[in-house]
Amino acid sequence: MPRGAREETGADLVAGRRNREARVSAADTFPKLLDAAMARRAGRPAFREKRLGIWQTWTWREWRDDVHAIAAGLHGLGLGRGQTLAIVGDNRPLLYGAICAAQCLGAIPVPVYQDAVAEEMGFVLGHGEARIAIAEDQEQVDKLIAVGARAPALERIVYDDPRGLRDYDHARIGSLASLMEAGRAALARDPALVEREIALGEGGDVAVMLYTSGTTGQPKGVMLTYDNVLTTCANAVAFDRLGEADEILAYLPMAWVGDHVFSYGEALISGFCVACPESGATVMNDLKEIGPTFFFAPPRIFENLLTQVTIRMEDASAPKRAMYRFFMDHARRVGIDILDGRPVGAADRLLYRLGEWLVYAPLKNVLGLGRMRVGYTAGEAIGPDLFAFYRSLGLNLKQLYGMTEASVFICLQPDGQIKIDTVGPAAPGVEIRLADSGEVLVRSPGVFKLYYKNEDATRDAKTADGWLRTGDAGIFDADGHLRIVDRAKDVGRLTGGALFAPKHIENKLKFFAYVREAVAFGADRDFASAFVNIDLEAVGNWAERRGIAYASYQELAARPEVLDLVADCVARVNADLAADPALAGSAIRRFIVLHKELDADDGELTRTRKVRRGFIAERYAPLVEAIYAGEARGRIATDVTFEDGRKGRIEADLEVRDMPAAGAVGRREAAE
Amino acid sequence: MSAAAPRPGEALLSVDGISLAFGGVKALTDVSFDVRKGEIRAIIGPNGAGKSSMLNCINGFYQPQQGRITYRGVERRQMRPHEAAEQGIARTFQNIALFRGMSTLDNIMTGRLLKMKVPFFWQVWRHGPAMREEIEHRRFVEGVIEFLEIEHIRKTPVGRLPYGLQKRVELGRALAMQPELLLLDEPMAGMNLEEKEDMCRFILDVVRQYGTTIALIEHDMGVVMDLSDRVVVLDYGRKIADGTPAEVKADRRVIDAYLGVGH
Repeated sequence: MPRGAREETGADLVAGRRNREARVSAADTFPKLLDAAMARRAGRPAFREKRLGIWQTWTWREWRDDVHAIAAGLHGLGLGRGQTLAIVGDNRPLLYGAICAAQCLGAIPVPVYQDAVAEEMGFVLGHGEARIAIAEDQEQVDKLIAVGARAPALERIVYDDPRGLRDYDHARIGSLASLMEAGRAALARDPALVEREIALGEGGDVAVMLYTSGTTGQPKGVMLTYDNVLTTCANAVAFDRLGEADEILAYLPMAWVGDHVFSYGEALISGFCVACPESGATVMNDLKEIGPTFFFAPPRIFENLLTQVTIRMEDASAPKRAMYRFFMDHARRVGIDILDGRPVGAADRLLYRLGEWLVYAPLKNVLGLGRMRVGYTAGEAIGPDLFAFYRSLGLNLKQLYGMTEASVFICLQPDGQIKIDTVGPAAPGVEIRLADSGEVLVRSPGVFKLYYKNEDATRDAKTADGWLRTGDAGIFDADGHLRIVDRAKDVGRLTGGALFAPKHIENKLKFFAYVREAVAFGADRDFASAFVNIDLEAVGNWAERRGIAYASYQELAARPEVLDLVADCVARVNADLAADPALAGSAIRRFIVLHKELDADDGELTRTRKVRRGFIAERYAPLVEAIYAGEARGRIATDVTFEDGRKGRIEADLEVRDMPAAGAVGRREAAE
Repeated sequence: MSAAAPRPGEALLSVDGISLAFGGVKALTDVSFDVRKGEIRAIIGPNGAGKSSMLNCINGFYQPQQGRITYRGVERRQMRPHEAAEQGIARTFQNIALFRGMSTLDNIMTGRLLKMKVPFFWQVWRHGPAMREEIEHRRFVEGVIEFLEIEHIRKTPVGRLPYGLQKRVELGRALAMQPELLLLDEPMAGMNLEEKEDMCRFILDVVRQYGTTIALIEHDMGVVMDLSDRVVVLDYGRKIADGTPAEVKADRRVIDAYLGVGH
């Protein structure tokens, strides 16, 4: 198995190119592909959505008919080739349909992050010059109207859910239902209307424009062609042998490249069924009901699932707890070896089988992962314990490395070759080179065409000969697996000369259930320090068990017992760092537990929940100064944005904790 | 009669000269006003002004000693709560009155009980006509759940829900009755600002989508002024003002009742 997969990369490059050539003549765009596949899968399920508590299914035939109706309707509104169509909302079959409808007409769909505040949305709509926007409901329509002058090109808003919109001025807005009705009428008059437009599309056309959230500066519009997306999706589908029998849950933002590739591109290629959750709050429930066979989640979702399991197990009866502990210990010992096909003794196998029956299968079922055949995680580093937990249950969870500019796939872990600290070898069709600075450079069929209206950024990101600069620093291990160390520009040094990789430290802190977010400082400073956000659920539960009373997040975060708890986590991270000679100098010497959760609405995190270190350092400058001036406490006043968009102000006086030098940790533990 | 006299045929409910006393305590004295079809009618007043007593008279929980209540053009003196419910009057309570151990879904389903026609015998077996009827009611209830955006707590016992959501479930149960007149007793009490804004939106949408007429008691003046079409003000069991929010706000007696006489 490992040998075969290693050889695949080179051969696949050729095969991929051959595939692509074969497709150019046949189906080189998604609408063509959809039509071409109709003969094979017209009656099979394409999309599912829960309405009034019951899952409703679109077959591929029904979905295609809806797509063509939307396309004809948009054609009637004057949407033409090369124009953009903004799509704003949660994952909905008809919003995916709108993407395909735009593609039918040669227009460029621009999915927009649905939780963006009006200001962010204004930038994307203004920059993207969308004339028409399709919105899910009143909330999104309100935001689009609020955008106003920032998007002068926006002429028309089409909404899916009519609730609450009856009294709006309908000069500029209209329902998707009436648009589709108009489209069907147009198709009745001219049945070849949409097909004519589809035939004009080519593989080199821009298929989609996705705005990257970006840890710095304004979002950039990444333009991906059909050749980019189709080829990478086809390779990935072949890599994991995805087919019509598979099913996924589309719950990540449609504006994110991952969702576009997994829930749209791969679905159209392989013909698997895409289920859309009922609402953002019901995702975990829908996961259980659908039981996807192919599942992607960022590490925090897996973390949340595990936290829920842990909390519920703590409340279970003693015999159940004992059984859970016994079999989970056994799984930790042999589960991963069994999954990866390594030799395991017959007795252990038998016990594992019993465990599967008594614990693992019911547990996987509760998690909604009972049918999962292939699972991926990416975006952030995943904690070793967390990763091992899922894999030991027999779940084929793997890591991948990718970015919007590469149509996701750069590295993929093949089945059976899973390592916690690497992201696997180059994905099929991808070439990887390391620059002298350690930066990872990529060349693949998926590398984007250009950033929309931003030539400088395009030049910075792509070399003349087509190599994409990822901005990540990485190294290859002995097996040719890539290991990402940090953002290339973030790797710095302390004044003493010791290497300082902030993300590495932050990830180690975040691996503790009690720590939700962490931000490390230390570049060009005398020592490393950190801000920590506690996890309200995990720490709250911990506090409850110890009878520690608290009224708010702020109060809990300031409790001395909680600071002790976090100090233990920091001490263990320091011990870990001490074990690695290159990083031993960057042990955390002082830390602060923040009084509020870092939030994307305040600009402290990106929409994909990555910390914006520079921004945080500025915003919390008094605290950083308190740390490095050696003060015992730091005062801070911050403006915050509430969920409804109003602003407020929070003040706090926070304790700065000192950490003992690494050697002292053992003594303190012994004294307890 | 009230300041804004109703045009004939418009009033869904009118109360005329209602007086209610508990022994020597006069809860209501000669109160008259009307509720027009499709409007949001607020009843406000300081604590103990007789607001809840007024609602209790309307839905038949209390029997006023004097006065007439005309509902859908039919005058009545005596009515019991279940009769009021059968005639399309639903209400929520100041203190939440849900079945705490039952799920959101089951709680809202109880709002359909009056509409279930299949005999008890069939319901016990949950078979044949009973099953068909249940499916029909479930469909309606799911519509209410979607309307109130509480899909995520469909199966959660309401006792475990935060206060704001329990209020929403209670509204859901009242809506499940498909009432013509909905009486809301302090629907926003104890809510934070965000929950209040949500509830306001739901109340406005109820009028729009279900065509329900609403009479509500509320203490939050901002909410009352924004939400209601007309306001009636009670103080010590007497009506002291009646009119649009702007009229009521400018009324000297209302200001006195709320701020005390000190000018």
